[in-house]
Amino acid sequence: MVLIPGDTGSFDAHHPPRRELLDDCVHCGFCLPTCPTYAVDGEEMDSPRGRIYLIDLAQRGEIPLDRTLAGHIDSCLGCLACVPACPSGVQYDLLLAATRPQLERHVPRTRRERLVRRAIFAVFPYPARMRAAALLGVLYRRLGLRALAHRLGLVDRLPAELRAAEDLLPPVPVRSLFRRPPPIVPAVGERRLRVALLEGCAQRVLFGDVNAATARVLAAEGCEVVVPPGQRCCGALNLHAGLEDDAAARARRLIDTFETARADVVVVNVAGCGSSMKEYDRLLADDPAYAERAARFAASVRDVNELLAELEPRAPRHPVRAKVAYHDACHLANAQRIRRQPRDLLRAVPGIELTDIPDAEICCGSAGIYNLVQPRTAEELGRRKAANIEAAEPDVVATANAGCLLQVRRFLSADLPLVHPIEILDASIRGVPLERARR
Amino acid sequence: MSWSAELTEALGRANVITDPARLRTYECDGLTGYRVQPAMVVLPRSAAEVAAAVRVCARHGVPFVARGAGTGLSGGALPVADGIVISLQKLRRVVEVDPVNLRAVVEPGVTNLDISKAAAPYGLYYAPDPSSQQVCTIGGNVAENSGGAHCLKYGFTVNHVLAAEVVLADGTVTTLGGDSAQLPGYDLLGAFIGSEGTLGIVTQVTVRLLAKPAAVRTMVADFATVAGAGDAVTGIIAAGIVPAAVEMLDNLAIQAVAASTESVYTPDTVAALVVELDGPPDDVAEQFDEVQEICREHGCTKIMVAADAEQRRLIWTGRKAAFAAVGRISPDYFVQDGVVPRGRLAEVLGRIAAMADDAGIRVANVFHAGDGNLHPLVLYSEADGEHDRAERLSTEIAELCVELGGSLSGEHGIGADKACSMPRMFGEDDLATMLRLRTAFDPDGLCNPGKVFPTPRLCGERPGKYRPHPLEEAGVIERL
Repeated sequence: MVLIPGDTGSFDAHHPPRRELLDDCVHCGFCLPTCPTYAVDGEEMDSPRGRIYLIDLAQRGEIPLDRTLAGHIDSCLGCLACVPACPSGVQYDLLLAATRPQLERHVPRTRRERLVRRAIFAVFPYPARMRAAALLGVLYRRLGLRALAHRLGLVDRLPAELRAAEDLLPPVPVRSLFRRPPPIVPAVGERRLRVALLEGCAQRVLFGDVNAATARVLAAEGCEVVVPPGQRCCGALNLHAGLEDDAAARARRLIDTFETARADVVVVNVAGCGSSMKEYDRLLADDPAYAERAARFAASVRDVNELLAELEPRAPRHPVRAKVAYHDACHLANAQRIRRQPRDLLRAVPGIELTDIPDAEICCGSAGIYNLVQPRTAEELGRRKAANIEAAEPDVVATANAGCLLQVRRFLSADLPLVHPIEILDASIRGVPLERARR
Repeated sequence: MSWSAELTEALGRANVITDPARLRTYECDGLTGYRVQPAMVVLPRSAAEVAAAVRVCARHGVPFVARGAGTGLSGGALPVADGIVISLQKLRRVVEVDPVNLRAVVEPGVTNLDISKAAAPYGLYYAPDPSSQQVCTIGGNVAENSGGAHCLKYGFTVNHVLAAEVVLADGTVTTLGGDSAQLPGYDLLGAFIGSEGTLGIVTQVTVRLLAKPAAVRTMVADFATVAGAGDAVTGIIAAGIVPAAVEMLDNLAIQAVAASTESVYTPDTVAALVVELDGPPDDVAEQFDEVQEICREHGCTKIMVAADAEQRRLIWTGRKAAFAAVGRISPDYFVQDGVVPRGRLAEVLGRIAAMADDAGIRVANVFHAGDGNLHPLVLYSEADGEHDRAERLSTEIAELCVELGGSLSGEHGIGADKACSMPRMFGEDDLATMLRLRTAFDPDGLCNPGKVFPTPRLCGERPGKYRPHPLEEAGVIERL
């Protein structure tokens, strides 16, 4: 137990959760039905209102920063569905972002938690290591080891975190693990913009096809697409886990890399990456060498859906006949408030029938590293999301985030194609069937 | 074995909360001015577990407070320091939707709106619609006899519950009411609904479902004076029209809504009425014109008719989020809940404004004008030391409603908040009679003690078994 005296209560003086943000909460409970952990367990301290209450008590110094508090903040997916639901305008996103680093600093993690986190942060942000892990995964499946391990019940004996990782890996063909867009893709017709594309880490390894489709669609819409070489992880996973210093270091490096591209816009096709890159201004506000550059960079970041919705469509769309269920990625819908744009883009494709998913505001349980560190809740949420998607009876499911694609695929029982919306646009613009565009 | 050990054994360690920090998240409901940390919170997963928990409490004389989503505005779910909170948030199953007999059977933790969602595939819905309907639970609705904007036409919770399975104070499980709306004998279900958790805990509810109306039309009418809007409401009802809802917002409330959501309200109007009509399309069309005419007669300055479902949704989202939206224009506030005879709306609003001026405190008004159910929002700043002044004003407003021939509470309940005002509305005999009903169900006063009744009969004493009145002992009066 660590108790730090002072008017920041139990928090230390480095950017503690601010009193005036806490005072915005009037305890009305309108956030409760949007909260995934509350939907699963129905316990007040694992709801936004309860978490705010606990942060408030800590800010008053009435409870310590300890494992109890950390447990309830750890259990939060950071999906931020409570933010648009709040009539009083509580900025829970800021409260959460201020609380997590404090807990990382003051509450020691268990050995097991440290091991799991170290493993995750040693692999995911590094494409080469990620690719090696994915290759091992592919071999594990191809050689029948997976079936064997399941048959022998070995998998059931793994710790829950490893079991989740074992199950998350999608069945990707080996060649797509190495597929990357060319370093520069010229605009088709007159150039409207020069955009720099973020490749992502897990994204470029597991969803290289989505990156390729993104570059093609942007080019077809008159964007010259550059893929800045040597780009590394954006730090989203670190940031959302409360590892602020690591996230800031990654942010500085990414800004350095992208500034050399001299693009008008930085375009991202992963909701989680995009939302953290839009936060770089806050993350680096205290760094005199970077504050201004970070603000400029953050202002230039666009999700690919957002950017395409801003551009008057130029490339003709060919029909894609499918009933599409669009799943809102939390970091797109709640963190970036982008809900309408991807739907509008899909609706503009002839032949697409867009359908809603029941209980759409409840997160699928992916949430960065959440499905690896909190596997029980994540599994329950994944199962619920899959059931809701299947209830909508779509032909195709579209969602604009790598994490959601992995998580939802794991629980969909039917053989339902799961795509990034950009892949549908790509198929439409090229006039090829969706299955073929993805090959 | 101690009661806490017995509860832990009965419910399992995972469903019992004893950690002080966790307990504190249960110390208040939607009324944060009253906070009491309970000794324990239990989260039963079935009616049988609720009964088991209550039996332990009954054996050991431990008071218990049932809690749904904790959205109540009268402190009805305020814990007792030496007692437990029984959360019903793990009982969230829709047991059955019966479209043939127009009813649904649900567990108490199901939200009000989720009942309508479950009924929607059959073209049915559950009519009472408290503003917190996407959050508040049917168990809490039964306890508070909750209303909502559409209760003007459709009635309150009590008109829509056919049966309730309840756990009584001794742990007995029984069912009140039945499949038929007409049952012989005393209406015990009627007594239970609105009893604010003082008679027992509801563990399953059978509700009536209604067919969705064929047509719905909604308008917002602006007025240059609050009195004009109040008179228009009287005019509409006097014309024999029964709107689905008539709601009023004054300028402060409209400002709050505009700060919170995409607002369709005119920012600078003094007052606005939301009028909604539903029913057969022809009737609705005819009466809709008539309502507009009446509004104009009473000095309406502008009428906005919802052109589509989206505009209608925006009108209602704004109205229903208004309480919490007030958090945007004031650091702290009390939500008051009183009723006046409809004909005195303009008068009471004028008096509230004068009282607010005298106290130097702002009061926003947003309320169910159709049935005279006021919700004055008393805005204050705790940090600036305005709490006591605001609380006094809020109480005075409720008591003014009684003085004008109305009621202390329309739909939020008496709870912990207004128990001390009860003698303003009821005589000692009334209260004694109510207490006898309560002690018939709960002789030891373990079910949600400290609510509804002024304690002591003035303030502090626990409700207990019936004791003869001094006048009764003296032979001046006799028990009937």
